[in-house]
Amino acid sequence: MSERTDNVVTPESTVDLPPVDEQARVEAVGAQAGQQSRAPSWVAGRLAALRNLGLVAVLAILAIIGLATTDGQFLTTGNIVNILTSASIIGVVTVGMTFVIIGGGIDLSVGALVALSSVWATTVSTQSYGVGVMVLCALLVGMGAGAVNGLLISYGRLVPFIVTLAMMVSARGLAQQLSDRKTQLVSVDSINSLATTKWLGAPLLVYIFAGVVILGWIGLNRTTFGRRTFAVGGNAEAARLAGIDIRRHTALLYVLSGLCCGIAAIMIMARTTTGSSTHGDLYELDAIAAVIIGGTLLTGGRGTLVGSILGVLVFTTITNLFVQNNLPTEVQNIAKGLIIIAAVLLQRRGKAAAT
Amino acid sequence: MSLLSVSGVVKEFPGVRALDGVDLAVEAGEVHCLLGQNGAGKSTLIKVLSGAHKADSGEIQWKGEQVSFPTPVAALRAGLATIYQELDLVDGLSVAENIFLGHEPSALGFSRRGAMNDAARALLARLGHPDIGPAREVGTLSSAGKQVVSMARALSHDAQLIVMDEPSAVLDGGEVANLFRVIRQLTGQGVAIIYISHRLDEIRQVGDRVTVLKDGRTVAVGLPAKTTPTADVVRLMTGRSVEYAFPPRRPPTPGRPELLRVAGLSRPGEFADVSFTVHSGEIVGLAGLVGSGRSEIVETVYGARKAAAGKVSVEGRTLRPGSVPAAIRAGLGLCPEERKSQGLLMYEQVYRNVSVSSLSRYSRGGFIARAAELAAAARTITELDVRPDDPHRVVRTLSGGNQQKVVLARWLLRDCRLLVLDEPTRGVDVGARAEIYRLIRRLADSGVGVLLVSSEIPEVLGLADRVLVLREGRVVHAGDATEIDESGVLDLVMEGAA
Repeated sequence: MSERTDNVVTPESTVDLPPVDEQARVEAVGAQAGQQSRAPSWVAGRLAALRNLGLVAVLAILAIIGLATTDGQFLTTGNIVNILTSASIIGVVTVGMTFVIIGGGIDLSVGALVALSSVWATTVSTQSYGVGVMVLCALLVGMGAGAVNGLLISYGRLVPFIVTLAMMVSARGLAQQLSDRKTQLVSVDSINSLATTKWLGAPLLVYIFAGVVILGWIGLNRTTFGRRTFAVGGNAEAARLAGIDIRRHTALLYVLSGLCCGIAAIMIMARTTTGSSTHGDLYELDAIAAVIIGGTLLTGGRGTLVGSILGVLVFTTITNLFVQNNLPTEVQNIAKGLIIIAAVLLQRRGKAAAT
Repeated sequence: MSLLSVSGVVKEFPGVRALDGVDLAVEAGEVHCLLGQNGAGKSTLIKVLSGAHKADSGEIQWKGEQVSFPTPVAALRAGLATIYQELDLVDGLSVAENIFLGHEPSALGFSRRGAMNDAARALLARLGHPDIGPAREVGTLSSAGKQVVSMARALSHDAQLIVMDEPSAVLDGGEVANLFRVIRQLTGQGVAIIYISHRLDEIRQVGDRVTVLKDGRTVAVGLPAKTTPTADVVRLMTGRSVEYAFPPRRPPTPGRPELLRVAGLSRPGEFADVSFTVHSGEIVGLAGLVGSGRSEIVETVYGARKAAAGKVSVEGRTLRPGSVPAAIRAGLGLCPEERKSQGLLMYEQVYRNVSVSSLSRYSRGGFIARAAELAAAARTITELDVRPDDPHRVVRTLSGGNQQKVVLARWLLRDCRLLVLDEPTRGVDVGARAEIYRLIRRLADSGVGVLLVSSEIPEVLGLADRVLVLREGRVVHAGDATEIDESGVLDLVMEGAA
């Protein structure tokens, strides 16, 4: 993301060394290490895949339950699109959250930032400038608040939990003040059309979600930024001594999370045709829960984006099942809690098997 | 009858036979040393003894009775205590609270603080440390002080056998002498010690008998610790007979360029007015006690700490103070003192650890060129003979010596020109040490300048071309490594010290 372009790939490197003392190769410790198989790295890769497979299995079980209880309503295209649409907004927030948590932090302010961005982008004066300014406003408010989080955490050396907790409270407060606690209607049609226009049966929201996930996956797995995120979250001191600017990197992670909140705000504006200080309520908990059951360590350094997205889908599917069966939300919340515990217990067993 | 006797203990983990028939007999009142390279099975054996693992087969007799402790607490209750390298104390609690953690003297559920403090005071006195107050917060103690508290905790359980896993690793010279005094005090009272260390000289000083493990088997039981020739011990451990094998020095090539110049470097409370140079192809060693400022100096040179005064220049260009990226761009690389917590991403694969400081070179517009990255990292670890030669392996599963080579590989990949090595052989066993020494010399011969810090004086003297001796943050001697011997260095570092 921030690499100088003059550093091009140079496959040939390393100093020329005088020839190795042959004896040095013959002797040595490595003898017993060398006999060990390649198992650990192979196993680790397999385990990560298995864990995601586990979530896929959970989804499959949920689908079977759905089929059994809903008279075939569950597996209709319409219902699947429904699930994906419900997952799209929290899904975008979860992408940002995954980066932050792998980078060793936590962001409790995401729900409040969605609310603040949606309110700011739908004030009468912002709306008067048209759709471009509204979108820009939502993104900039999200990123700006994220930057405040990031700077306080990295340069102000404050604990992420506290900084983002404070942001959660005050951003929601600011949203209430800006909107005077009133729901602001979106009068710009091109925003609303994100939810109403459909390609291949699915609203544009689903495509935005997919786009953010793909970009997030590439960013996490194929860029220096992603690699450094793992390093900073895995061992900040080692990352610093390896030459990574960990403070700048940490700050950027929160800006990224804020950006995702801005995107989610636009999506929620489209879906509800409103901007409101009540939007995004408890999104922080839903996003964190999805990241956790997706197998990302809360302590940072390890995790996958695919797991987080599967986590989001599991939760959304459960909600959908409950709605289809006319069950109360109370039961639904109890089930969610149980699933989080079950997922973490399973992960621990997987980890114990690996070590 | 031995206090503890172990015979034919086998312990298997999935894919590894960690213990493959271990015998051990420990008598009351002796210091029994356990020797073996990393991976020889010492840690597993301790865990089996202390009840953390269960042996698959074999016999453990404790005071003549066959036992198998189900948990560490059960072992502790029976009088077998283990003090691990990472002392398991609670920093926020007092000395007495730590000693009696889990078995506080109490009446009707209320802790009897007075009785507890008195008992703690008595135990500390028994260890020859009445200077440590029972009410003191443990977090404020030095490593040595914490070790004493750990031993007091063992005694509070009436331990008759204390297992100490590399107790000297966190101590410096004076503190080690004190540790030995405490150990002798305990053995005088009939307590037995199982002492694990990589340092043969310590075993000579404090040990009575030695048991050697190799590849999970006992290869020698109960050798006399003081009289068995070093060559024999080393051969038993490794199958070879050299303890320290330093590669030969080369005569300095005239006119070799100066790489690093440090002038008047100071940080209040750590070190003052430190000046020296490192030339291309030269190894400069810093010797001094813990607290003499050696690690602080090299970390400041590297930009990990910000100098209060003075400057660091590389090939004539002054470095921005307090900036690690600036130092790295200028060609510096650091192998830090604490390899696991400061050097490596333990849960990541080898190639990612190697390439982490050169990512910009193996990427275009922020996107990693993975094939090139992997190929370059693989080539570098092959060059350094990291075993196993698998770039995808998770670093945590490598031995200490191979982990150190991974850190070295990181800087080799970056074409580092000045390598800063802080304790490069800490936690590295004898065989791998020699290999790392040869690597360092090989790098120097290829033109890299090396700044070496080690708490082991023979290592500094054997490996370096020039030596700086530090005392209380000041350079008290600078000269060729061949012009001074170990006792000369010790005289300099101890002089004026309490």
